[in-house]
Amino acid sequence: MGYIWVFLIVVSIIVAIINGRIQEVTQAIIDNAKLGVEISISLIGIMAFWLGIVKLAEKSGIIKFIAKLVEPITNWLFPEIPKGHSALGNIAMNISANALGVTNAATPIGIKAMQEMQTLNKQKDTATNSMATFLAINTAGFQIVPASVIAILVATGSKNPSEIVGPTILITLFGTIIAIIAVKILQNFFPVKSVGEEND
Amino acid sequence: MIKEFLNCISLYTIPVILLVILIYALFKKVSIYETFVSGAKEGFKVGVMIIPYLVAILVAIGMFRASGAIDILTALLAPILNKIGMPAELLPLAIIRPLSGSGALGIMAEIASEHGANSFIAKMAAVMVGCSETTFYVLTVYFGSVGITKFRHALWAGLIADIAGILAAVTISNIIFI
Repeated sequence: MGYIWVFLIVVSIIVAIINGRIQEVTQAIIDNAKLGVEISISLIGIMAFWLGIVKLAEKSGIIKFIAKLVEPITNWLFPEIPKGHSALGNIAMNISANALGVTNAATPIGIKAMQEMQTLNKQKDTATNSMATFLAINTAGFQIVPASVIAILVATGSKNPSEIVGPTILITLFGTIIAIIAVKILQNFFPVKSVGEEND
Repeated sequence: MIKEFLNCISLYTIPVILLVILIYALFKKVSIYETFVSGAKEGFKVGVMIIPYLVAILVAIGMFRASGAIDILTALLAPILNKIGMPAELLPLAIIRPLSGSGALGIMAEIASEHGANSFIAKMAAVMVGCSETTFYVLTVYFGSVGITKFRHALWAGLIADIAGILAAVTISNIIFI
């Protein structure tokens, strides 16, 4: 990530000098730094609510039940996570919530899944294979109800906004399969670099 | 018919999930209020935890967009993408999609109001936006929430999925909507 971050900033500055857009780029730093804080802070409320609800689902045993339900798929996708672990239930709930277009609920549940996978992680600053697989599936964005896109089509006067649903399901399913194949192949080329014992 | 059904799903998903979880917890005699609050406490920690990660990535992406680098990328990629049937107007959308969700929706709204929401180009734009996620944002928030800075192959897999999604969106739109 570090290299990409540096790349984005260095390229931006060089291009800004060529284009004479230094003023805009400098302003973008101020605006987006503020935006980063605003988004984080505005997430706190809904995050707290769903993390509370997820805790209830966990304590009552629903998460474990879901984990059991999706076992045949998750055992293959996430071989490092022990069978029946609640991380698997949260992963399944996150992917379902995203597919149904309820991003508000999906993000806190996904973060819960990450926290649980982090407890199984030996190297706390480095992504595990399971985390990478989970996020690859997540970013491929499997969708049954593309809610925000339909909202814009409706707002701009589309006659039949739901006609994009079929293609969206088809294409995101394809994207998800590609993501799984990519992540499973790539994980062999990105070994976890172990550091000394002193880093817990 | 399909439209009403989908509206129903997006409208009722959250209430139904809430009902099921609460009633089941009640049935299992979980101390509901205490459990909810103890889980909700985490929300603040997570929100504050992701601030530095989100500031880092949003500033970099904001600078990149403000510099006009996307126009240069568009000019570079245009000849290749014309060959696969993507209209030139949609290229900035394809580049913005993994970087900024609100940016992509904004561009899509612009395209829809400029060309008409029932035009081929607006439909293709809608499918392109629906067909992928804001990869950089998702990775930043999820990894940031547990303090992970070394993403290994996660970003590359996400970007490969994005490219596959965009290419599939162009191909399918050219078959279905034309």
